Amino acid sequence: MSLLEVNNVSISFDGVRVLDDLSFALEPGELRFLIGPNGAGKTTLIDVVSGKTRPHAGRVTFDGADVLRLEPHQLVRRGMARKFQTPAIFPSLTVRENLEVAGGADQRQGGSWGLMRALHADIQDRIADALQLTRLNADVQTRAGLLSHGQQQWLEIGMLLVQRPRLMLLDEPVAGLTRAERDRTSQLLKGVQDRCAILIVEHDMAFVRQFDARVTVLHQGRVLVEGPLAMVQKDERVIEVYLGRLDKAEAQAAA
Amino acid sequence: MRRAGVVAGGLVVLVFVFVLPVVLDPFRLNLLGKYLCFALVALGLDLLWGYAGQLSLGQSVFFGLGAYLFGMYLKLESSGGKLPDFMSWSGLTQLPAFWQPFSSPVVALVGAILIPGVLGTALGYLLSRSGIVGVYFAIVTQALAFIATTLFIGQQPFTGGTNGLTNFSTIFGLPLRDAEVQVRMFQVTAMVLAVCLAFTLWLARSRFGRLLVALRDDEQRVRFSGYNPTLLRALVFGLSAALAGLGGALFVPQVGIVNPDSLGIILGIQMVIWVAVGGRGTLIGAVVGAIVVNAAQTAVSESLPDLWQYGIGALFVATVLLFPQGLVGGSLSLWERLNQGVRGASLPGRHPHPRSAPPLPEGEAVPSKEVAV
Repeated sequence: MSLLEVNNVSISFDGVRVLDDLSFALEPGELRFLIGPNGAGKTTLIDVVSGKTRPHAGRVTFDGADVLRLEPHQLVRRGMARKFQTPAIFPSLTVRENLEVAGGADQRQGGSWGLMRALHADIQDRIADALQLTRLNADVQTRAGLLSHGQQQWLEIGMLLVQRPRLMLLDEPVAGLTRAERDRTSQLLKGVQDRCAILIVEHDMAFVRQFDARVTVLHQGRVLVEGPLAMVQKDERVIEVYLGRLDKAEAQAAA
Repeated sequence: MRRAGVVAGGLVVLVFVFVLPVVLDPFRLNLLGKYLCFALVALGLDLLWGYAGQLSLGQSVFFGLGAYLFGMYLKLESSGGKLPDFMSWSGLTQLPAFWQPFSSPVVALVGAILIPGVLGTALGYLLSRSGIVGVYFAIVTQALAFIATTLFIGQQPFTGGTNGLTNFSTIFGLPLRDAEVQVRMFQVTAMVLAVCLAFTLWLARSRFGRLLVALRDDEQRVRFSGYNPTLLRALVFGLSAALAGLGGALFVPQVGIVNPDSLGIILGIQMVIWVAVGGRGTLIGAVVGAIVVNAAQTAVSESLPDLWQYGIGALFVATVLLFPQGLVGGSLSLWERLNQGVRGASLPGRHPHPRSAPPLPEGEAVPSKEVAV
């Protein structure tokens, strides 16, 4: 059984069909990229999967559970973690406090009173591990709002890792990063690739190329092609709708 | 540093409980007692607004409700087993059923805390579930103050209408106006406030407190960290309402009257000003603000009664523009800045917006963080 299954999902906003009878599946431990031109429905798909948006038709299951019956925070407790496009962190809290809040929800056995007790050693270990991976060790006492954009992106990924998820949904994790920062992000993700399944929405092809991963191309709310990047890039339809415009112009210029 | 704070706090409590009743004349002591009740409301509002970022303009509703509920006991006790005077004037011949339990002071006191608390929790849950947060929440709570006032004026047979509940004579069988009784009530109020301040400080410094700040910073991230923001909002609103109800219950025997003004819009706005002037997100600032602003109000309106309304407006504008962290928040960051040269470290007692100027206190609307597709 797949970890994540999306079956025949449709959704429209103001009469515009954003997802059109879309089906999609992700295996446990798989790393997958979701690409496509603007308006293809990538973020909407992530919204549906994470319980933020409800589709008008279709079925979504995460590890056998019906996503459409669960609230986002319940999905998180079942092992789904999500990163937003603009870093969603807590600017007034320190880096450590950010990670503590992220890890704290796991300690709710025994109800909300878990919040009144010290963090479990297990969660402290996860925080130490996340600090190591995101290289934020020197900044544990820094207020997150004072971090650079890149550091905020890593902090948010660190916050997901503290949740010890089985699936990470990352919405454009390298948006607005310098090339050096982007390479660090890919290093970071390669380091945790074997821990959980990862689904990444991305525009940056140079970033996608750094991974040996399958790519799903969305177009007008449907899956256009699925496969390794090299194959996808050669696909006529993909060139037409997405990569094309530029490559075609280049090809014509060369001819 | 922390221990020093506890010792200093303990000393302040001792001064309030044992020294001030001797030093101040009964009139001033009684006024200060009222301010301390207001400070209880301010504490709750600071948790809600300063920490969780949710401005309420209707805390007066819970304060007034607490005052009415405890006032019901005082009224029944003062009526000596007879039907309260305003009820017979309104043509009632029998005590309404919902009044009856309030002949017990314990029921009245517990009710004055629990009923606003439960009401606040339920209301907070419903509003948050419908996505009414930020500015919209502030507007709804203000409307609530209007509704409550109208309702209490309209239900004269049960609430005493515009006059409210008056002519209290005894509390626990003791004469209410007795100087000794007044001093005791002041002492009880001061101690209750101290306990509540310690409790809220503890709460604010716990992981729960940081979760409230997290909720103010980014609700979406709180949700996607596995918490239910709706429940959190409901909880903190309920807690602030319970504190307001407790403040109201302690207020009414010291003032000797409760009328619909105690539920109203004006008081609701004043409560926000106390917290803003004292300093949001510090809790101690809320207490200081409630005392200082009300003392100033008394002082100014004794000499220049017409001027106070302008005074408080100007004070609020000046605070927002020039001193957005308020008295306590401003002093703390000044202290921090002075110390930084020496120690290169920040104060251990953190507060949410130490250096960056906090956003305007209009109840931060939650900005939508993601761009659709």
